[in-house]
Amino acid sequence: MAALPPYASSAQIAWHYGFRTICALIFLFLMLPIMVIVPLSFNAQNFFTFTREMLALDPDGYSLKHYNDFFTNSDWQGALGNSLRIAPMATLLSTGLGTLAAIGLSQQHVPFKGAIMAILISPMIVPLIISAAGMYFFYSRIGLQGTYWGVVLAHAALGTPFVIITVTATLVGFDRSLVRAAASLGANPVTTFVKVQMPLILPGVISGGLFAFITSFDEVVVVLFVGSAGQKTLPWQMFTGLREQISPTILAVATVLIAISILLLSTLELLRRRSERLRGMSPG
Amino acid sequence: MSNAQASDAGVISADGVPLKVSLARALRRQKIRALMLIAPLLIFVVISFIAPIADMLFRSVENSIVPDTLPKTVVALQEWDPASNEAPGEAIYAAMHADLVIAAEQKIHTRVGQRLNYEAPGVSSLFRKTGRRVDRMEPGNYKEQFLAIDKDWGNVEIWRTIHRFSGNYTSGYFLSAADAELTPDGIELVPENERIYLTLFVRTLVLSFTITLTCALLGYPIAFLLSNLPMRTSNMLLILVLLPFWTSLLVRTSSWIVLLQQQGVINDLLVSIGILDDQNRLELMYNQIGTIIAMTHILLPFMILPLYSVMKTISPSYVRAAKSLGANDWTAFWKIYFPNSIPGIGAGAILVFILSIGYYITPELVGGTSGIFISNRIAYHISSSLNWGLAAALGVILLALILVFYWLYDKIVGIDNVSLG
Repeated sequence: MAALPPYASSAQIAWHYGFRTICALIFLFLMLPIMVIVPLSFNAQNFFTFTREMLALDPDGYSLKHYNDFFTNSDWQGALGNSLRIAPMATLLSTGLGTLAAIGLSQQHVPFKGAIMAILISPMIVPLIISAAGMYFFYSRIGLQGTYWGVVLAHAALGTPFVIITVTATLVGFDRSLVRAAASLGANPVTTFVKVQMPLILPGVISGGLFAFITSFDEVVVVLFVGSAGQKTLPWQMFTGLREQISPTILAVATVLIAISILLLSTLELLRRRSERLRGMSPG
Repeated sequence: MSNAQASDAGVISADGVPLKVSLARALRRQKIRALMLIAPLLIFVVISFIAPIADMLFRSVENSIVPDTLPKTVVALQEWDPASNEAPGEAIYAAMHADLVIAAEQKIHTRVGQRLNYEAPGVSSLFRKTGRRVDRMEPGNYKEQFLAIDKDWGNVEIWRTIHRFSGNYTSGYFLSAADAELTPDGIELVPENERIYLTLFVRTLVLSFTITLTCALLGYPIAFLLSNLPMRTSNMLLILVLLPFWTSLLVRTSSWIVLLQQQGVINDLLVSIGILDDQNRLELMYNQIGTIIAMTHILLPFMILPLYSVMKTISPSYVRAAKSLGANDWTAFWKIYFPNSIPGIGAGAILVFILSIGYYITPELVGGTSGIFISNRIAYHISSSLNWGLAAALGVILLALILVFYWLYDKIVGIDNVSLG
């Protein structure tokens, strides 16, 4: 796909540009939702399309009123608060337990490794609607349905596979002789872990944690069933908003969420580069 | 003497224990340490995730509500021959009376009525009506009094239903989930125009297949472009794939609603250019088209990323060699490059297909009635119709379907190769 050679035939030239046009259109398809929703969230009207003033780039066509609504409306603020109460707790649980398990799994001799791995990864494989149905049935039996901890447990379970996958991937490049060196110099296992192993695998742990956070922060199916009105999260509020009466405030919320995902994506990319540097690989 | 001992026990380590034993002990200690590290998460996942799934499996066959609520009737019905065309005798009505008095006191007679109503419509109201009057019945002559409340109590079909569903376990939910019913002559499919679940399963599979196909068609050129551009440019373009991938599902779905609705951006654009008449705006949403467009967009990165990682490993010298041997551009691509990229298509296609079968949110919001999946029906039975047993049975079938495809994925790609972009 390098530049066209000087001897290219006219058919080759046509294909070269034709192919790039097709690709550009597909990229447009990929980015279209984001490109449309961000400017529309600044609409001064309660419409879901571009008004004449917006197209003319008239400042009167734009306003922050939907953002204002998002930050003052008690429904939206309550939902945001719930999301911020549930996601960090779920992340903490899944990252803590997941990191320990990943370290255990990357030991040389692990009995029943395949079966254990299958169980730990299963929350990622099973479709959300089935997890949600099962959790709804089981959590109502044990009295967790409709409680804060019920939602946190459910989200933590959904987030663990991501932590396991990212941390195990980081541990593949981990040099075991470092642990042995620390031990031979008299460090006990806890000191070795905190001072030697943890700093090296930290990028993997943080990206696993970010994955777990975004899983919980974006999740709507399970919380719809396991939660009750008291645990209404931001995605849930968006879901009801979209199903019942779509209000333009959703566009503002969507833009805020897009900003958050850009932030997360860049953090992950930085962490990936750092981790590769630490492992002596050149950044890709 | 000592020589003989040494050769018996093999090599002895410094502390006098045979080396074999101390190695085995060290290995055991390592294994236990690994398991101790894994145990907390394993227990956590088993309780918070595996137990719920097991509970769902159990609920899909559980039927204890009938024998628990109507214990005497169930025993008495053993004597009755369901093949006979006569309603049961006085003894069974007496047992039913005794059961219903207790059930009505605890107000659980409506629940068993509701349960049996799934199998024979009308039972729910029959039980509710009878439950109100059952404690006012005179002793003796129960059959007459039951028939006085509702002549349906003389209906043999009702008694057959109670007889058929009197066990602790039932295959009834699974049969309903497959649009079949248990008749005295064995298992039969319900009439063709009432087969909702088979229709939904087929639609789910057909739509998922269509979505997989469009994802492959749109994903292949992008992955090809990305893997053939210089690293710096392709990394920049990769952001255009990863950003939608990382954007919240609901954000993307709401954006598609904004784009596709009748007064939405796409229709407005087409009308203002003059391609469309204002009266004939396209119906792009609340039907299958809406589901296909929105889900193709949502799942496209899952196709591009595995394809890209496979295409990166195809050496450009293969194509160059083909061309130097006289192949033209198309032959070199079709005979050399494409076969090498098939593992990527397989990985991406199975991934997209599996994810798409289980989707709930997007079909629910943009699918209308013709574009919904089996998941939407499961959700409906849990939260609206409250037929949990049927929801569980549908869920188990869907899960089995997905596990088959995962098994295929594992065979073809290997589950360890799941990459997160």
